[in-house]
Parts: sequence; C-alpha cells; structure tokens
Amino acid sequence: MKVEEIRVCVIRVGGTNCDAETKRAFDELGVKADINHLNEIVKKASLLDYNALVFPGGFSYGDYVRAGAILAKGTLTKLRHDLKMFVEEGRPILGICNGFQVLVEAGLLPAFEGISEYPEATLATNIPIGYNCRWTYLKHENSGRCLFTQKIPKGNVLRIPVAHAEGRFLFSKENEDRYLRKLYDNDQLVFRYCNKEGEYAEGEFPVNPNGAFHDIAGICDPTGTVFGLMPHPERAFYGWQLPDWTKTENMPTYGDGKLVFESMVEYLKSRF
Amino acid sequence: MSHYVKRDVPFELVEVNLQEADDKQLLQISRELGIALNLTEMKAVKNYFSRKKRNPTDVELQTIGQTWSEHCYHKTFKGNITTPEGEIKSLLKTYIAKATKELNPSWCVSVFEDNAGIIEFEENYTIAAKVETHNHPSAIEPFGGAATGTGGVIRDILGVWADPIACTDVLCFGPLDYDYSKLPPGTKHPKYVYRGVVAGIGHYGNNMGIPTVNGAIHFDESYVGNVVVYCGCIGILPKNKFVKDTKPGDIALLVGGETGRDGIHGVTFASAELTKESEEISRPAVQIANPIEEEKVKRAINKLRDEGLGSAITDIGGGGISCGTGEMADRSNCGIHVNLEKIPLKYQGLAPWEIYVSESQERMLLSVPEKNLQKTLEIFESENVKATPIGKFTDDGILRVDYLGQRVAELDIDFIFNPPKFKGTAEWNEPDLKEPTFPEPTDLTEEILQVISTPNIAGKESVIRTYDHEVKGNTVLKPLQSKYGGPNDAAVIKPLPDSWKGVVISCGMNPNYGKIDPYWMAASAIDEAIRNNIAVGGRRIALLDNFSWGNPQKPDRLGSLTRACQACYDFAKGFKTPFISGKDSLYNESPLGPVTPTLLITAIGIIPDIRKAVSMELKQPGNPIYLVGKTYPELGGSQYYQLKGFTGATVPKVRIEQAKETMNLITKAIDSGYIRSCHDLSDGGVAVASSEMAFSSGYGVELHLKKVPRTSEIRRNDFLLFSESNSRFLVEVPEKRREDFEALMNGSVCAEIGRVKKEGILSVYGLKEKNVVRADLTELRRRWKGVLGG
Repeated sequence: MKVEEIRVCVIRVGGTNCDAETKRAFDELGVKADINHLNEIVKKASLLDYNALVFPGGFSYGDYVRAGAILAKGTLTKLRHDLKMFVEEGRPILGICNGFQVLVEAGLLPAFEGISEYPEATLATNIPIGYNCRWTYLKHENSGRCLFTQKIPKGNVLRIPVAHAEGRFLFSKENEDRYLRKLYDNDQLVFRYCNKEGEYAEGEFPVNPNGAFHDIAGICDPTGTVFGLMPHPERAFYGWQLPDWTKTENMPTYGDGKLVFESMVEYLKSRF
Repeated sequence: MSHYVKRDVPFELVEVNLQEADDKQLLQISRELGIALNLTEMKAVKNYFSRKKRNPTDVELQTIGQTWSEHCYHKTFKGNITTPEGEIKSLLKTYIAKATKELNPSWCVSVFEDNAGIIEFEENYTIAAKVETHNHPSAIEPFGGAATGTGGVIRDILGVWADPIACTDVLCFGPLDYDYSKLPPGTKHPKYVYRGVVAGIGHYGNNMGIPTVNGAIHFDESYVGNVVVYCGCIGILPKNKFVKDTKPGDIALLVGGETGRDGIHGVTFASAELTKESEEISRPAVQIANPIEEEKVKRAINKLRDEGLGSAITDIGGGGISCGTGEMADRSNCGIHVNLEKIPLKYQGLAPWEIYVSESQERMLLSVPEKNLQKTLEIFESENVKATPIGKFTDDGILRVDYLGQRVAELDIDFIFNPPKFKGTAEWNEPDLKEPTFPEPTDLTEEILQVISTPNIAGKESVIRTYDHEVKGNTVLKPLQSKYGGPNDAAVIKPLPDSWKGVVISCGMNPNYGKIDPYWMAASAIDEAIRNNIAVGGRRIALLDNFSWGNPQKPDRLGSLTRACQACYDFAKGFKTPFISGKDSLYNESPLGPVTPTLLITAIGIIPDIRKAVSMELKQPGNPIYLVGKTYPELGGSQYYQLKGFTGATVPKVRIEQAKETMNLITKAIDSGYIRSCHDLSDGGVAVASSEMAFSSGYGVELHLKKVPRTSEIRRNDFLLFSESNSRFLVEVPEKRREDFEALMNGSVCAEIGRVKKEGILSVYGLKEKNVVRADLTELRRRWKGVLGG
C-alpha cells in the first residue's frame, strides 16, 4: 500500500500522555495517525479500520495496581477479538514504555505460544528504585524477525532516552533460563542496554537504567509483528531532541528513534 | 452565652450572632470558625449584617473568610503601608505592576488580571505563565503539599484556556544534616520534607505528562520550620481562543474531581504562622492529589476551547467553590445563584459550609451559555470527567447559595470583593554587618572543591532525574546537559511542530543577599533570571515574581518586603522586562522564626530559532574563553563567605546600564554564531562557572586571573575567583571567530582570560602569574555530584 493510505491508531485512555509526540513521528513520515480514546474505538468498533496499533507512553489509569495492568485488562475485555485478528493478520502492534507494560500485562509479549492467558514476564520496579529520566544506549540484537527494526543492522548501537519507574524486565526465576533461550531461539530479543561502545551493561547502573534482566530493553513476539520497548523512540526522532546536539557544528536532522517508525512504515508499505 | 444558633433545618447550618458580640467575642468567633479575620475585618462584617438587619450563617462567614484571606485577596500587597518616607498605597500598584504599566509592551496580552500572565509568542499563539507558592501545606504534608502545588499551578494555566507545556520547581529546605535534637515539636526533619516534596512534584508532573524543565534547590537554616515550595507552569494558547465573557443566564459548570473534606481552610491556614499544633489542626487543610483526573480535565478543556463552547473558566483552588464562584461573578459584573446539593461529593456528611469552601483538587469552574450546555457535557463525558451544572449567573450582583431548598447565603458580591484595607507599618534597619578579614588561603584548589560541594552549589541530578523532563518530546535544551549532566542556565522548549521558535525558561533567586539588603537581593534575582535566559539565547523577557516572607504585621518583615518591591520596579523598568504575573506567600513563620526573605524571579524569554541555542559545556580544545562583565569586590552573602562562616556586607549590586549593554552584546554574539558555550556567573563566581563548564564537557580550562576585568580594589586571588558580582558571563568563542567577537565587544567590559584545554584539568594562574589552582575534572565532578547524589 502507499504511504498515504496507511492508517495508524494511537490509543489513549486517562493518563496516557505521550500520544501527541507519537502521532507526530508518523505525521513526519507522511502516515496518517489518529489518536483515539479507547472508549471511542470500542463504541465505533473501528479498530480493524487501522493497519497498525500503538500503545504510547504515560500512566494509563494512573498505573494503579501495576503499571499497564488496567489498560491491558480493559483492552482485552473490550477488544479481545479484534486484537487477535490484528496479530493473526500480521498488523503491527507497538508498545512504548507504558505501552510495553500493557503488552506484557496483556500477554501479547513475549507470547511464546501465542497470546498468553497470564503475563509471562513483568516490568518490575526499577533498581535503583524510583523514577529515572535519562538517555540510554541500546544494542540492536535482532536477526531480522522484528519488523520494527528492519532498517537497523544487527549489532548497531542506538541512543534513545528512558523515563519510567517500572521498567525492570523480568521472567520468573524458575523460567528465566528457559525463557531467555526461547527469546534467542525465536529471534525475539530486540534491544539490550549497553554503553556507547556497544558493550552490554551487565546490569550495571546507569548504563542499564532499571536493573532489567539480561539488560533487556525491548522484545518482540515470535512473529515479529508485536514489539514493546521501555525507551522512547519518539523522543529521539529529531536532531534537536538529542541531549548534546549543541556540541555538533551542524545539528543532525534526525535521531535514532526515527528508524523504528521508518521500519514500521516500510513493512506496512510492502506487506499490505 | 453561645454565639452559635443551630437553624431548624435537616442539615448542619448555624447562625452566628454577631450583633451581640463585642470586640473580644468577634475575635473569638473568627478563631473558632478558623477564618483568620482580624478585628477590623470582623467589625466590617458585623456592620454589613447590621445594615441587612440579620445575623450571618456559617456559610456566609466562611465565604467571607476565604475571600478575604491573604492567600486569596493579597491584602498586604494591596494594603496601605506606612513607612518613614511616607505612605505607600498598594505595593503591587506602586512597584510591581507599575513597571509593566510604564513599559507598556505591545507583546503583553494579559498581566496581573487572570489566573496566569499571557504574552505573545508566534503569529497565532500566545504563552501563559504562572508560578505559585505552596509552602504551608508542604510543611505539614510534604508529598501532598508539593503535588497539589504543581496540580494547582497547572490548573492556573488551564484557567486561561492554555495547554501546559512545561513545569518548573524551586525549593528551599533546611539543611539535610540538621540536628534532630534541635527540631521543635511538630516540625518535620528537612530530609523528610525534602524527599516528600521532590517526590510530590515529580508525581504530579510525570503523571500528567508535563516536563519539569527548570528549577533550583536552596538550603538555609531558616527553612527548617517552614519549607518554601514554588511550582511554576507554562502553557501555550491559540490566539483569539481566550474567552472571558460570562453573561447572566450562563450556567455555572463544575468539572473534575469530587468534593470532600480534604483542603478545608487551606487558605486561612496558609495566611497564618505555623505552630506546633499545625500538624494536628491543619492536616485536613492539605489536599489529596490525583494527577490522572487533571490530565483528563485538561483534555476536555482543550477540546471545549477549540470548539468555543465556554464563556469563561477559572480554577477551583484556594477558598474552593466559594472563591471560584464569587470571583467569576465579580469579574463579569454578574451575580450567581448556586445550588450546593448539586455538587458531587466523595462521601456524604459534609455541612454546606464545608462543601462550599473545600479545596479538593482537580476541579475547575466554567461558565457555559445554556445553548452550549449539552455539547459541553458530551465532551466531558467522552473523557470520563464529571461535569455538573451547579448554578446560574444572574444580573443582580448578588451571591445566593441554596442547599436543599434553603437559602444558606446571600451576599453582595461588591461587599465580598471590597474588604477593609490592610494597614501596616514598614521599617527597615540596615543590619550591622561588617566585611570579614581573614588571610588568603594557601590552597585554592581545596577551596574550590569545598565551594563546589556545598549543598547550594552541588549538582541536583538525583532530583532532576526523577522528573520527566523530556515528555512531549519538545525539550531542546534540557536541565541536564550532555553526557555528564551539566547544569544548563535555562531550559528551551519548542512547543510548535512547524515553527523553530522556542520558549526560554529560567529563574533567579539568592536569599543569602537578603540577609544584607533585600533591595539588592531582589535586584540580583532579577539580573540572575535575565542573564540565565540570555546565556542560552533568550530575549524579550517577561518576569514573574514570587515572594515568601514572614508575618507582614511585623514592621521589619514589611520593611524588607517593601525594599524588595522597590527593586522590582527599578530593575524591571531598567531592564525593560515587565512583570506579567506573581504570587506571594506571607506569614512564613514557625517557632523557629521567619524564613529568610525569599524572592524568586522567573524569566520567560523567546528564542527566534532554537537551533541557535547555546549550552554551557565547553566544546572544543583550543578555543579562547572570555569573561564578559566586570568583577567587583562583592562577596557579601556569597557561597565563599558562607563556607567561611561569614555573611559580610558587600552585597552584589546591579549597575543597570552596564548590565544591559553586556546582555545585549551576548545576544548579538549568540545570534552571530560567535559563542560555542556560555555560562552565567552566579553562586561561587568564576571558580564555579569555569569548573562546571569544564567537568560537564570533559575538557580542561586554563584561566589567568590577572586578565579578569575588575576594579582595582580586588587584590586577592580568592576574591577574584569567588566574587559573585552580577551581569557576568563566561563564554567560549570559536578560534576562527575570535576577531569578529572582539570587534563586536570592542569598548565593552570583556577580556580573554583563558583557553579550553584537551587535558582534563582546571588550571588557574593568579594575579602574580603563579599557578594557584590545579584540579582534576574527575575529582571536581565527583565532589560536585557527591553531595546530593547523581
């Protein structure tokens, strides 16, 4: 399909707060993105009018209970069928920060055997504890499964900021080794926290900003069409968003975050 | 005999027998009802009801108490003040607003009138700005107090129909290592207050998705009993979307959260000194924050604005619905008829007066023409926000309040908005301070390391990282610069996707100088706020003032307040930077005494093209470094003196003509591309500014104090390093633009004093060309970050 035919749905509820800049990223690529309240989508039953779905960052419903949990259950209750269709048809679903938490809580990630009834992983309270807003380096780990990073060569290092209090990716202790192997076997690992040179953080703060297991910053599902990450690519879209652009003689026009959105649009163009 | 007669109605309503009360009893009633009115005011109330030939209800007295509180009416700033030099009629009109009035800039859209000041921005947009104080609640309940402070100031921005784009916070605490055994009963330890306040501010801003981009933290013993919390918010508003046109017949629509017992008497409590009983008595005065509710309210209000459905808006803050309804009616020369039973409650059992004065959070009041009501309600419903018509505006200038069919209040709006004038006496006696004498230390490297690790100068990264300063993706210049998190002088926000124009946000505050002279403290705060703005490329600057002072009924407090106000006029006028909004918090006193007079100046500038913004860290080894502006022997109130245990007397002054010239030249140099990095000189002088520029970049610096432009009285290296003279900048110029820069600066006070070095060392040569400082950047950075963490 042509770029201008692509329709992206950026979903929001009370407490979602990164919807505008997420939409802006698509606007910049010539893609039409609509910000829709979940209530609206449910009322109009219009989710399947869209080619892609994005859960942006924020504090959906105040993140009471657990981050992302209420929106995950709400979405499943109201849109389970449509979501299943989305995944089955390979329509991309992206979750950023709170959106990643939603996808994990909803069982859409890691979804080893398809959408799981209970969460198979969690995004726990940061270690060190507390909200943390900082720029991080991410190493691209994916061998080609993840459609959202197809424009990024494996092994490349990206710079994208995080801002969250609950981003420590974890598996339950008893499943840790097995699930990690699955991530590798299925090519589901996408981003790991590393330093500027690309050396893994090995859990060390602040290179790994939240204590995530195996320095995991983002994963996709086994089909590569569902992707969640804690860092905010929409905040690293333009050159002037970079933390040290004033250092450069000529400011770069774009930042690394753009590649995620571009890959997604590229996929939509060729797949549909 | 009791003065309270319960009315025979099926709910709690009390008639207060004012007519038979003598002076002593009037004051007793004021105290018992917790309305904090003085005798003159109580007598005015008594007279009013004598004329009406009846006694007031508790609802009426509470309404008057709220509306006439210092917090709501700013009695002191509007009052008559007797000074040895004559009488001042209104500090606000005589000084602060007067500067704006005389400057009369065409780009000021609304000043001192609405919930926030409004100035022009881009062709179709204006900027709204407001900074609030939330000291008293934060002293009692740090987390809730600070969170609702942020929530409140965001509602002020919503209250002029604007969309919030950034928040600021400036906080003053007691020393974090304060001796527990010295804490008076009922006073919380500074560390507890610090953690709670910081968490509260982050909680609200982060949850609402508004970046907290600028601020400061200051420590002083005088804040142990009374923390100072300033919360600011900046918003953007499409031109011609500002509506303030309530007409009789319009519906009064209450939107947002439900009303409960939290926040009863917040404003009257904020208008009195804190005591050891405050914790117990005033805990209910602190509100409970729910930022997600406000986030939804914001969405709905933005939609409403775009569709032009409302005729006016205001926030429900201090004084609750009693103040909000009255103010909206007063502003539009209407009356209003309120039905209290319509107001949605969190739980049952509130007396009518409690419903009317409760300051429960996340509520706004709108006036909506009846024909737009249905559509308006639909918008709120679509965001899951409660919206309830609670009354109607009338044309007779009377406030009527009913509850379950009974009239519980009927007051002339004109009466409640014309309280008796505050009368105060101001006197200011110059403190008896001397300049200290002590030998010049032999090891200046160690002095720098010590100054840089005083809590006031040390890095605040551990706090700033807990605030989302990137959300909305528009933060061009961040509070933490580059890899090492250098302290940028101002934040730059790019609020519009299709314009390169930016909003520049900075602040200035130095309570230490006020211990010597509040006039020069105010002048310095103005200079600092402006130069911080200028340093990154800001211009066309508007100012906001926030005063936190002690009890104004004490002549010395009022005297120093008056002096600070005089400076506000002189320097706002001098710099041609109008005040557009402000807020004061008085009665900041505890058993430990008053807070040191604390004036915060916030500066809002613009930058035509954000790509020209300049950050503070050094960029390129080999580049020359210039000091712009003159250094005077001004160490009074400096961090250096404080470290040595002195206050001193030589408070930094502002030489307005010289200051203006310096700032104009910096702007020209930035626009011409002659400046690669720029940092203002403030706390800790050249020593601290050069250290910060160096360790934030990883490049070293070599400085020669002999070349520093100065007055001949300075003959010591330590004074040159640590003098805090105003209106000075340290700038890095690209080697290839050296001649252009020097040509531009020709004739002004400016000298090349050093160079950027590849080696990570801060190296300073003294007046005798001897090396007097040699500090490793890693060590400097470690000491700077080591105090508060980061």
